[in-house]
Amino acid sequence: MLAFILRRLAQSIVVMAVVALIAFMLFRYVGDPVASLLGQDSRLQDFEELRERLGLNDPFYVQFGRFIANAVQGEFGISYRLQQPVSELILSRLPATIELAFASAIIALVFGLSLGVFTALKPRSFAAGLIMTLSLVGVSLPTFLIGIGLIYVFAVELQWLPSFGRGDVVRIGSWDTGLLTSTGIRSLILPAITLSLFQLTLIMRLVRAEMLEVLRQDYIRFARARGLSNRAINFGHALKNTMVPVITITGLQLGSVIAFSIVTETVFQWPGVGSLFINSVQVVDVPVMAAYLMFIAFVFVVINLIVDILYFAVDPRLRIGSGRR
Amino acid sequence: MRKLLITASVLALGLAVMPASAETIRWARNSDALTLDPHSQNQGTTHTFVHHIYETLVDRDVEGSLQPRLATEWKVKEDDPTVWVFKIREGVKFHDGSDFTAEDVVFSLDRARSEKSNLKQLHSAVESVTAVDDYTVEVKMTGPSPLYPNNLTNTFIMDKGWTEKNNAVEVQQAGSTDDNYAVRNTNGTGPYILESRDPDVRSVLKINANHWAEKKPDITEIIYLPIADNATRVAALLSGEVDLVQDVPVQDVERLANTAGINVETGPENRFIYFGYRFGDAPLKSSNVTDKNPINDPRVREAMHLAIDRNAIQKVVMRGQSIPTGVANPPFVNGWTPELAAYPEKADVARAKELLAEAGYPDGFSITLDTPNNRYVNDEAISQAVVGMLGQIGIKVTLASRPIAQHSPLIQNSETDFYLLGWGVPTFDSAYTFNDLIHTKAGHFGAYNPSGYTNPELDKQIESLATEIDLDKRNATIAEIWKKVQEDRVLLPIHVQVLAYAMKDKFSLAVHPENQPRMYEVTVNK
Amino acid sequence: MSSTNNSTAAQKPRTRFQRIWDSDVFFSFRRSPVTIVAALVTFILILAALLAPWIAPYDPFNPASLNLMDGFTPPNSESMMGNYFVLGSDHQGRDVLSTILYGSRISLFVGFLATLFAMAMGISLGLLAGYRGGTTDAIIMRIADIQLSFPAILIALLIFGIARGIIPPSKQEGMAVWVLIVAIGLANWAQFARTVRGATMVERQKDYVSAAKLIGVHPLRILVRHVLPNVMAPVLVIATIGLALAIIEEATLSFLGVGVPPTQPSLGTLIRIGQQFLFSGEWWILFFPAITLVLLALAVNLLGDWLRDALNPRLR
Repeated sequence: MLAFILRRLAQSIVVMAVVALIAFMLFRYVGDPVASLLGQDSRLQDFEELRERLGLNDPFYVQFGRFIANAVQGEFGISYRLQQPVSELILSRLPATIELAFASAIIALVFGLSLGVFTALKPRSFAAGLIMTLSLVGVSLPTFLIGIGLIYVFAVELQWLPSFGRGDVVRIGSWDTGLLTSTGIRSLILPAITLSLFQLTLIMRLVRAEMLEVLRQDYIRFARARGLSNRAINFGHALKNTMVPVITITGLQLGSVIAFSIVTETVFQWPGVGSLFINSVQVVDVPVMAAYLMFIAFVFVVINLIVDILYFAVDPRLRIGSGRR
Repeated sequence: MRKLLITASVLALGLAVMPASAETIRWARNSDALTLDPHSQNQGTTHTFVHHIYETLVDRDVEGSLQPRLATEWKVKEDDPTVWVFKIREGVKFHDGSDFTAEDVVFSLDRARSEKSNLKQLHSAVESVTAVDDYTVEVKMTGPSPLYPNNLTNTFIMDKGWTEKNNAVEVQQAGSTDDNYAVRNTNGTGPYILESRDPDVRSVLKINANHWAEKKPDITEIIYLPIADNATRVAALLSGEVDLVQDVPVQDVERLANTAGINVETGPENRFIYFGYRFGDAPLKSSNVTDKNPINDPRVREAMHLAIDRNAIQKVVMRGQSIPTGVANPPFVNGWTPELAAYPEKADVARAKELLAEAGYPDGFSITLDTPNNRYVNDEAISQAVVGMLGQIGIKVTLASRPIAQHSPLIQNSETDFYLLGWGVPTFDSAYTFNDLIHTKAGHFGAYNPSGYTNPELDKQIESLATEIDLDKRNATIAEIWKKVQEDRVLLPIHVQVLAYAMKDKFSLAVHPENQPRMYEVTVNK
Repeated sequence: MSSTNNSTAAQKPRTRFQRIWDSDVFFSFRRSPVTIVAALVTFILILAALLAPWIAPYDPFNPASLNLMDGFTPPNSESMMGNYFVLGSDHQGRDVLSTILYGSRISLFVGFLATLFAMAMGISLGLLAGYRGGTTDAIIMRIADIQLSFPAILIALLIFGIARGIIPPSKQEGMAVWVLIVAIGLANWAQFARTVRGATMVERQKDYVSAAKLIGVHPLRILVRHVLPNVMAPVLVIATIGLALAIIEEATLSFLGVGVPPTQPSLGTLIRIGQQFLFSGEWWILFFPAITLVLLALAVNLLGDWLRDALNPRLR
């Protein structure tokens, strides 16, 4: 077990290094920060001077070396756009994104699991069919359109919920939370729903598929034949065995939550790292973009590690497999 | 940062329990100020915000004329045409209570023209700044500079003592690695004091009770809320979460105007939208004509000019929210005349086709049009409409649409054959436009002239404008330059942008020509 | 499904073709009206998209044929220029119905190719990783990790960025669709690979694989003939959602400002454009493309759903 974890840790470090390289390399192509940093009044010499000062004229490996050396210390420089230390900017935006992702993950898991189990246990019922069909409508609409639609209905027409922002926040230690004020909670509802719809559908469909699969297995039939209660069979055996792929996919889907949070945050003007990133992309604010990518990669590596370990713990067959390696 | 955030959240808590008061305005626009360091960025959004905290020597009113602000009067020194003398307002105090004197003006102008300042272009003709006494400042220019005060409308005055004490004398530069105190902290003389700031999210300004102006603003508190997405921003106004929306999409103007409780103000912005193209003999990079440059033929440029139905663009694409123009100059700007601004009422497709045929392109040619898609009002849709109009005379245009960050390098590096750009004229004088758009690209000139258009005689005339003191003679030269520019069809102007501010109808605020609305000018209708 | 299972099992063996033809696949098809409708909708939409140049009333991709003054004509009415638009016209005077027909073509093209690309790449790498294990597995899965480290939208944005850097500005627009396909494809392969690899690892432990190995069956044959069919169920779930996802990702990229040129819009671009007119009353510019996209994605998803149940090898 320890060897396994250590090996994965080593791999994770390699992953981070490669991500750093890619992040750094790709951003050299996204656009010219110099053009967006200087205004209409800038002249040619200014461009050259700024390029020189930003080190954009240095060889690639020199720039990359500088980037890595700083990144290891958590130092990503000063945002070109907002002229503040990037690490501070990201840390100050993190609570918003985490609360949003957390809220939407809970919605997705609770509804996804229960609807998935329901549709699997009553696959022929009208309600199950309706849920399956409706859930598909949800994923068949682009996230931004769902967001705009929700804003239009609940903020503009009905005026029940706020259309943008986080509402009032309360600061606890170094964490700004919107969960303790009524405006904060109200502001969270629409974005969290928007963000959760896709994951909800995915989890629900996955649970249903796996559940149906398991319910067909011989051991379930035997269990039924032996007279075990439906409840024990459905939840004690079927659902438990369904969990392996569900854990994997749910874990991996956290990435999509962050991906779609870029769009959701943009639509709802949610002050998280996603909207910070999009704002930075538009003006090619390289330090912020690079730090964001590194951050996302880090989150993923951690999630992957946890998923792998959980996988390892849940499915004993895999333990033999990797033990042999 | 930490302290700032604590105040922000304390304040947020405070707001939650405070009753909504008539004096608070929640002001939404599409992006945030980049910095609070007044000399670090020469960018409209930043200036607009900073104008509430810091003040300039002279200001521009909604009509576009210069008004006294921290300077009470200014004139060229009688015996020396190269020296401007500014009389400074007395009895003004900075937010921290220290006195405002000529020393602060000298310090600020020097800081604004320092190597790292992004405003230094505006002060490139300054040789030295000196305080004659506590309330008089002399600015020595390298030569006669009759229009220098026009360059001062966004040069803010900082407190010398405060700036020195906080090690912020050097301007924070983009890309530097040091954290600069002045980026997040302020000490101005303006009508509002910064209460809290969370970049991209929310900034709160409270009224400055000790401000020098006799007339106190109606608005006592400003909550500034950047909302990037158009639909979300409009929705926030419709749902009553904000009071004033600055960047209203043109298609929503009518809906908002017809909504009970919402009032929309419109007015022209000091910014025109135009197309530029590549001159010179070298073949275009994106055309099927590979042996020569069709655009270099004046008949082709005339045909393109005739093919564009500016009225249709105004009516459909801009929903009436633009002023079509035949000249690349907004009506406020010195040098504009109605004759120059005249344009064909309707597209003349037949004549345009004739001209193309005469030029040797009876079947037209192909070209790529580069357009930004997030910078100007409906920029992409304007370009798309032009693609169709040029298509009707046989010019097959491929549209390449990019965010401005990727579009502008094409222009700076002269990598485009045909492009859309918008241009503001902050000095309200044609020379500004000539310097950057018409003059051959060289040194300080022609930064936004990727077209390769060059005319040495015109260049000489343009350069002479900077030092000409005889205003009549100068205006005559400007008229001559415009005449030549129009003859050669150096630029293909489309329209002057019209701005719309939408607000709850208890507020009123006229559109500012430079899109710099001032919340202290908002009146609250009781 | 168990009744289907019994009935097939009771019948005598037939040819492969016959087995597929009357087996559960078409049996379940006949039994599910929703699936029939979904198939019909998919078929009609694909056909309409393919036949767009012949059935569309206007040619919206030819800018020279457009008249700006036709703009914003409401559905089922004539513009002031005297042109009739059954679903109205957009801000450029384009017929909405025609743009939807042409737009579906582009969306389907991008969606299909991107998903195929992602699937082919994901399955082969996933099988390889799951079956070989060890270093191969570690390398492939670490690459997948890297890929998954970046949200799909982000990857697509990045690939778009590189393409912008490599392709000269004057050629970029022509390449946009291909860049989009590669970008979306590359952004989605890891999902397939992870799932296939996971299932393969479990499958690999099973007796039949060991048995096949023992009697000297070529590993490739084991993978393709035995392991692959067993991992197809989750792959189809992902591919199903993947196709709709690819179309939606294209729309999202358009929303973020990268995508096909607005002069040759896909459904996603049409929605992005239409979204601007949500508050101003021109609902048809958004509504019809959005409905088409939802119908398309929904129908494809429903079909995939049915396929998943019907093709599941353990059902037969």
